[in-house]
Amino acid sequence: MAVRSNARATGARVVLYVVLCAAAAGILLPFAWMIVSSLKTNNQVFTVPVQWIPDPVLWQNYVDIWAKSDMVTWLKNTAFLAVTVTFLQVLTGSFAAYGFAKMRFPGRDVLFLVYIGTIAVPWQSYFIPQFQMISGWGLNNTFWAIILLQAFGAFGVFLMKQYYESIPDSLCEAARIDGLSEYGIWWRIMVPLSIPAIASLTLITFVNTWNDYLGPLIYLRDRELWTIQIGLKSFIGQYNAEYALIMTGSVLSVLPIAVIFLLGQRYFVEGIATTGVKG
Amino acid sequence: MATTVVDHPGGPLGPPGSTPRGVPTGRAPGARLKLRNALIGWTFILPNFLGFAVITLVPVLTLFYISLTNSNIFGTATFIGLENYVKLGSDKSFHTALLNTFYYAGVHIPLTVVVSLSLALLLNRKMRGAAFFRTVAFFPYITSIVAIAVVWNMLFSPEFGPINQFLGLFTDGDLPGWTVDKDWAMPAVIIVGTWRDMGYYMLLFLAGLQTVPAELHEAARVDGASSWQRFLNVTLPCLRPTMFFVTVMITIASFKVFDLILVMTEGGPGQSTLVLSQYIYTKGFVQFQFGYASAVAVVLFFICILVTVVQFLYNKRKEA
Repeated sequence: MAVRSNARATGARVVLYVVLCAAAAGILLPFAWMIVSSLKTNNQVFTVPVQWIPDPVLWQNYVDIWAKSDMVTWLKNTAFLAVTVTFLQVLTGSFAAYGFAKMRFPGRDVLFLVYIGTIAVPWQSYFIPQFQMISGWGLNNTFWAIILLQAFGAFGVFLMKQYYESIPDSLCEAARIDGLSEYGIWWRIMVPLSIPAIASLTLITFVNTWNDYLGPLIYLRDRELWTIQIGLKSFIGQYNAEYALIMTGSVLSVLPIAVIFLLGQRYFVEGIATTGVKG
Repeated sequence: MATTVVDHPGGPLGPPGSTPRGVPTGRAPGARLKLRNALIGWTFILPNFLGFAVITLVPVLTLFYISLTNSNIFGTATFIGLENYVKLGSDKSFHTALLNTFYYAGVHIPLTVVVSLSLALLLNRKMRGAAFFRTVAFFPYITSIVAIAVVWNMLFSPEFGPINQFLGLFTDGDLPGWTVDKDWAMPAVIIVGTWRDMGYYMLLFLAGLQTVPAELHEAARVDGASSWQRFLNVTLPCLRPTMFFVTVMITIASFKVFDLILVMTEGGPGQSTLVLSQYIYTKGFVQFQFGYASAVAVVLFFICILVTVVQFLYNKRKEA
């Protein structure tokens, strides 16, 4: 009896692993194809049957792409925007979250409802008035437009507030009695204690800004302002038959994000879980 | 009253920690303390709120006015009442976009919920490699739309793409044309959308599953409930808050779907994958009919709000 149920459990486990491995392979397949194709010549990309191991492995695409595109400019612009936006979002987000989570004053809850309410409003429904407004300020076709667009999201306030609420109020009380100002409490107690949440928000904001396609598409027209997403899209249009080269560009656009994600994935997972559970 | 202004520290972004004002040791009247507290509270919120209000709230509010004008590229805007909305009634492209949006949402929402919940249930146990599989499932979500769209377009290539080569092993019949066939373009886009999003919602479900008490499962098991019965009667009811949050998020994300479609098919072939967001974009940023585009945007706005409110009320009723 015991032997049989043991065998059943082992059997179920094997089935589970087979299912999961098949799913993982399916999910990763596009990335495998992307990398493999970037190491081939053009003619080798579409073959019947698919050649999953490039022969020979060709690194030439990774040399050529820098000359054939403005990849350096795009990467530089994107990195600049992502860093600036992330810095502002984390700073103002955690600052505002302290007000929402640890202080009581009239108007606080209404304001927070306004933040939450906009989560249900898609950006696509108001990007026209927003564009007219930002153009009216003469900021169309500048990095300012993207920075303004991304830096003051409700998401950062929301995430940091959820985290601050898990820190006991008694800690703030004690600090107040010891004579620390509210700003002092934020800087010396809340910020150091919320490093994991700050890490989550930093990574998520950075990745979102890096991957943003629509914002730059609408606002950044000059080639020297292009981000990697816009650049890659135009590159695809320009070399539409150079499949291997396009895949090389795609690999390069995903690579920095993949590295960041693999290094800090714990924070991604925790950050998303925080916003979800009490949502 | 005037003294409170003096009391109030210089700027919200002044060097933190350098304003050790603390609680006044003197006998401050309660009202004064309260006001002071409120002012400090506001200084925390203002830097973010100002940006948020100007960049998000103001445009949301002006949207409605612009939709009642004939605003265009020349900067002139005359009030024309409901004319834009009347025009929507006979605009075939708008109807197509509306239908396609519901098509996408109608398939993408249930599909993503089922797939991401299944993944979460499979991974919600102590097992070797759980973290690895979780990472794999989440990975597509953090990669750029442009890169994945172009890769999937190649995979979907009707003649030489790996997907049709694979399908060809099982059938000699006609294979789907995917993104170049007007009947198959939408399914192709939905497949990619689900593939990309499921890992994110899986994480939300996994977080929710942590809150399901293990004793309940144990008790149900002792009472002889099958694993399906336990899922229906223990897991699902406990998961309801998460389910609510996830469906609201997926619903909004589905109705506003845009960048994936723009890069994969540009709404084509023909108008077979044209969705509301793209129609707003085309009318506004390609044809510069800001007023008319805003009227379409108002429709999208109300769809999203309405769906959210309905789901909210449904959740409330279930809770009661």
